[in-house]
Amino acid sequence: MSDSSLTSDNRATLDEIDRAIVRATQAGLPLVPEPYQQVADEVGISSQEVQSRMQCMLDQGCIRRIGAVPNHYTLGFRGNGMTVWDVPDEKVREYGKKIGDLDFVSHAYHRPRHLPEWSYNLFAMVHGKDRSEVDHKTAQIAELLGDDCQAHEVLCSSRILKKTGLRIV
Amino acid sequence: MDAIDRNIINSLQGGFPICDSPYRVVAEQLGIEEADLLQRLERMLELKQLSRFGPMYHAERLGGGLSLCAMKLPEADFERVVEQVNAHPEVAHNYAREHQLNMWFVLATETPERIESLLIEIEEETGYHVYNMPKQEEFYVGLKFDL
Repeated sequence: MSDSSLTSDNRATLDEIDRAIVRATQAGLPLVPEPYQQVADEVGISSQEVQSRMQCMLDQGCIRRIGAVPNHYTLGFRGNGMTVWDVPDEKVREYGKKIGDLDFVSHAYHRPRHLPEWSYNLFAMVHGKDRSEVDHKTAQIAELLGDDCQAHEVLCSSRILKKTGLRIV
Repeated sequence: MDAIDRNIINSLQGGFPICDSPYRVVAEQLGIEEADLLQRLERMLELKQLSRFGPMYHAERLGGGLSLCAMKLPEADFERVVEQVNAHPEVAHNYAREHQLNMWFVLATETPERIESLLIEIEEETGYHVYNMPKQEEFYVGLKFDL
């Protein structure tokens, strides 16, 4: 992909070779001494081209990062709680950024309400060793929001029903 | 899992190099052998201590659709609907959560338009409403994982 290939809505225009690279690596990078060479062999281009295209995708944010994704569950962080908050719409961004900065929050998003059943517009994933640690951290968020929080809940996961990761192309 | 494994996880949450022999570069930084690093990554993936290793793609920026969806299911129908929902390859993760909205899944589709039509298919198959909660803004997505 070229340096100017981000469109106005922040979507990248990938060509067929980029897509082939994504397909070859979205499940993981090969665990061999020269992983980019193996991807290159699969795609039918040189290792240098794989490397420069992946660097470009990284620079443009099409690749968020390259690394290891720890599994919170098997590593003992069993208290994964999805905390949801009802804050004034005009303050979602301000609070989203503050909450996202907390070191125990791994994701924070503004999402639509579904009134009257679902009044929450700010989501933050909180991780802890167990439920009480999650509750303690949730209380810290509640304190940060103060009176601007109308209501909140913690939705703990009771079971993983599927976890295959994203298949993008 | 020992101190070296923890060190690998803590230091490899991002920034894996793009070069001919990236594992050798990382192994040198960690003070271990390249073969040891490869073996340890393989084992941590096998034991599911790591969910994956490699590039994390930004679905929407690549032109795909992504959304978080929830359903409110009675106990009696729960397993049936799990099977129906999970049968779609676009369902990336699915969690049971303790709430009235008791099933939460992430859809990743090849185009943004496909989200809407897939939701309708799931509603028709299962007979239950799907609450669509696509993100409107992202404030932080990353890892600050310290073992």
